[in-house]
Amino acid sequence: MEVREAVERHNSYLDAKGLKSWLFTLDHKRIGLMYMFTSLIFLLVGGLFAIIFRTELLFPGKQFLSPEAHNILFTLHGAILIFLVIIPIIPSGLGNFFLPIMIGARDVAFPRINLLSYWIFVLGALMLLASLLFGPIDTGWTFYTPYSANKGLNVFIVSLAIFTLGMSSILTGMNFIVTIHKLRAPGLTWGKLPLFVWALYATSLVQLLATPVLGITLLLLGMENILGIGFFNPAKGGDPVLFQHLFWFYSHPAVYIMILPAFGVISELVSVHSRKPIFGYWFIAASSLAIAFIGFLVWGHHMFVAGMSPVADIIFSFLTYFVAVPTAVKIFNWTATLYKGKISFTTPMLYALGFISLFLIGGLTGLFLANLGTDIHLHDTYFVVGHFHYVMVGAAVFAFFGALFHWTPKMFGKMYNEKWAKVGWLLNFIGFNLTFFPQFILGIRGMPRRYWDYPVEFQPLHFTSTIGSYFIAAGILISLGVFLFAIWKGKKAPDNPWGGKSLEWTIPSPPPTENFEKIPVVKEGPYDFVKH
Amino acid sequence: MEATLEKHHEERHAGLEGAKMGMWLFLFTELLLFGGLFAAYAVFHSVYAKDFEIAHHHLNRTIGFINTIVLITSSFTMAMGVWSAQTNRKNLLNLFLLLTILLGVAFLVVKLTVEWPVKFHEGLYPGGKEFNHFIQEGHKGQALFFSLYFMLTGLHGLHVLVGVLVLTGILIMALRGKFSSEYYGPVEVSGLYWHLVDLIWIYLFPLFYLIK
Amino acid sequence: MDIPFPAFLFDKIRRWGMKDNHKEHIVTPPVYLAVAIALYILTFITVWAAGIDLGKITNTIIALSIASVKASLVALFFMHLKYESKLLWFMITIPLLLLLILLALPIIDVLTRAGYFGMR
Repeated sequence: MEVREAVERHNSYLDAKGLKSWLFTLDHKRIGLMYMFTSLIFLLVGGLFAIIFRTELLFPGKQFLSPEAHNILFTLHGAILIFLVIIPIIPSGLGNFFLPIMIGARDVAFPRINLLSYWIFVLGALMLLASLLFGPIDTGWTFYTPYSANKGLNVFIVSLAIFTLGMSSILTGMNFIVTIHKLRAPGLTWGKLPLFVWALYATSLVQLLATPVLGITLLLLGMENILGIGFFNPAKGGDPVLFQHLFWFYSHPAVYIMILPAFGVISELVSVHSRKPIFGYWFIAASSLAIAFIGFLVWGHHMFVAGMSPVADIIFSFLTYFVAVPTAVKIFNWTATLYKGKISFTTPMLYALGFISLFLIGGLTGLFLANLGTDIHLHDTYFVVGHFHYVMVGAAVFAFFGALFHWTPKMFGKMYNEKWAKVGWLLNFIGFNLTFFPQFILGIRGMPRRYWDYPVEFQPLHFTSTIGSYFIAAGILISLGVFLFAIWKGKKAPDNPWGGKSLEWTIPSPPPTENFEKIPVVKEGPYDFVKH
Repeated sequence: MEATLEKHHEERHAGLEGAKMGMWLFLFTELLLFGGLFAAYAVFHSVYAKDFEIAHHHLNRTIGFINTIVLITSSFTMAMGVWSAQTNRKNLLNLFLLLTILLGVAFLVVKLTVEWPVKFHEGLYPGGKEFNHFIQEGHKGQALFFSLYFMLTGLHGLHVLVGVLVLTGILIMALRGKFSSEYYGPVEVSGLYWHLVDLIWIYLFPLFYLIK
Repeated sequence: MDIPFPAFLFDKIRRWGMKDNHKEHIVTPPVYLAVAIALYILTFITVWAAGIDLGKITNTIIALSIASVKASLVALFFMHLKYESKLLWFMITIPLLLLLILLALPIIDVLTRAGYFGMR
């Protein structure tokens, strides 16, 4: 006990002071935090863009934005939030922090590569911003050819930026896989890995195997712009649909890069905050891998109206339905875990419940879009926008905030203000549904996405959607405020405030630099709560 | 203090096995990076088969053959380098690393001073005179063939260059006596990378030079 | 504080336990030489085979098959794959499978697509 207190007083990974101790750190916890804070800054930037163009869409006709500015803003909103926020924030941010701790290791397998990966990420982000100097792009985050094929230098630089961000993503994925294979504590068999770790493993596989294809696709797009190689340009014999094939070969699995870590987080939250062993451990673990794999087979469902052959349409539509199986397995297992659990309605639990309900809607509306017939009606309408925001914001961002509050006591040894955190949650939940549910209706009634103007009869729905976005903005600001205030002035947190069983709860808060005094020998599973 | 010391050991914790696994995973990404280009090749070849056949006559089969032999030989010397390290033959290690580097440089020299300049001279590069001519005449497949040729051999050449630089670093470490039969991970791991570069060329050679 | 020391020791023991430290299989020079010679011969064969007209598809299949044999030789011996763990063998099937998917599905699309390429 004495030794323990000594560790608590003298050794925390936060001890070293000064900028240099952060910028050149090899400590996975610090690197994780740097990722997280970088992403949070971009979350605010990307969110701000959304608020601006949503405000423009309050009423039909021009308010204060030109159509061109509107196109630029939604492009940046998408590119920033996807590549700089949702993809890295859970795996590279929280994953970096907790993966080694959860498997009983002192660090990731390659700490230097981990730091390198962060700096490559920053470089990519800066390149993305620098591209603005050459004239902002307005291609949408999907960069569809042939529109994007002869725009010149700005598309070239953006594609290099995304390529760079991809390299960072690949290195992190590689690092995590080796870490999970090689650095597990003795006794920590695959069957005792926390489900967050399983999810990170599946995510890393997708990051590793899908990202290079995006890299080469955007490299070719860049070359198209400066050399005119013609792969995607029909005038030169190329095929714009091929660009979409290659682009979605990454970008569909990328959806799972965004959502799989969120699944992992929810498995943790649901079990710990209802004090029940997770229901169907192996099914959840295996479904993560199944999603990762099936995710590679279904990219064509983004292209049903792109001029793909009917044969390919049918193959991709058929395959897409299979994704519903492992995701439904997860939803079922979470609800079964909650059943008769001792649920404590903490903020993390509220986010988990929010996640499950929103993801259910996001997932089910996905089935509409997987269906060839309905997709032709709904494609490129607000229905699609509503669908993927339910999955990416409703699910991924909710999971992130759930995880953030779940682990704030561990990361900083400080407790957050439960009451205000719940206020933030409520605003997020109401605002989210207010913003995106009307978009389903708009889409079904034929409102195309990415339009700057719309007929008067759509005005009430657009108006509601915009008001909802203000709620989200308030919710996110309050939640982040609560988080920052906790770091600054929060009450001291106990080592294990939630009674969790996985390894991160066995060490002091905030964790010591080397995580463990002694590498633990694991005997119990991460969800061995007493049954009642 | 202990903590930082500990950190230094950490990188070794994953050990040689970990480093090799990491490199293999990285090679997977290389495979899929080229995979995107191979997909483009497959699509355009299947559509423009005739054009591809005609266009490939512009390439010099002898040079392609020589470069294939050069790269295979470099792979062999690299493998011998790893063996030298494993069996603690330090001078041989230096020799084989040097040979590998020289062969890699030879490959690049042939590519950049003999092969590509001819294509540039003939205007067969994207945007070149002959290239644009193909498009105007409706032989778009021939233009795409050369786009693919430059993209694939260019990306491959870039990998050879990176390999040469990495191996030069390894050679410097070897000359300083860093490696022995006890510690040779970096040699083996960078060898893996070098072999992959060879492996990709093994496919590029028939795909561009030996089309029927 | 002498805490890290026993921890470090523990990690060592763990690595022995996981057989991570086993001596690597060392491939000998005669094997490498044989492989290199095989690669040279196969290169000659593939050039020679390209000169015989067996029809576009057969020629392509032959060329790619020979390339695959060569690639396998490089991977198995030069890259020591033959002596690697089952885990790695399993892992390798994943990118190869994905590569196949990446090639196959766009090809299926293009070959069954009327219209755009049909112009030719």
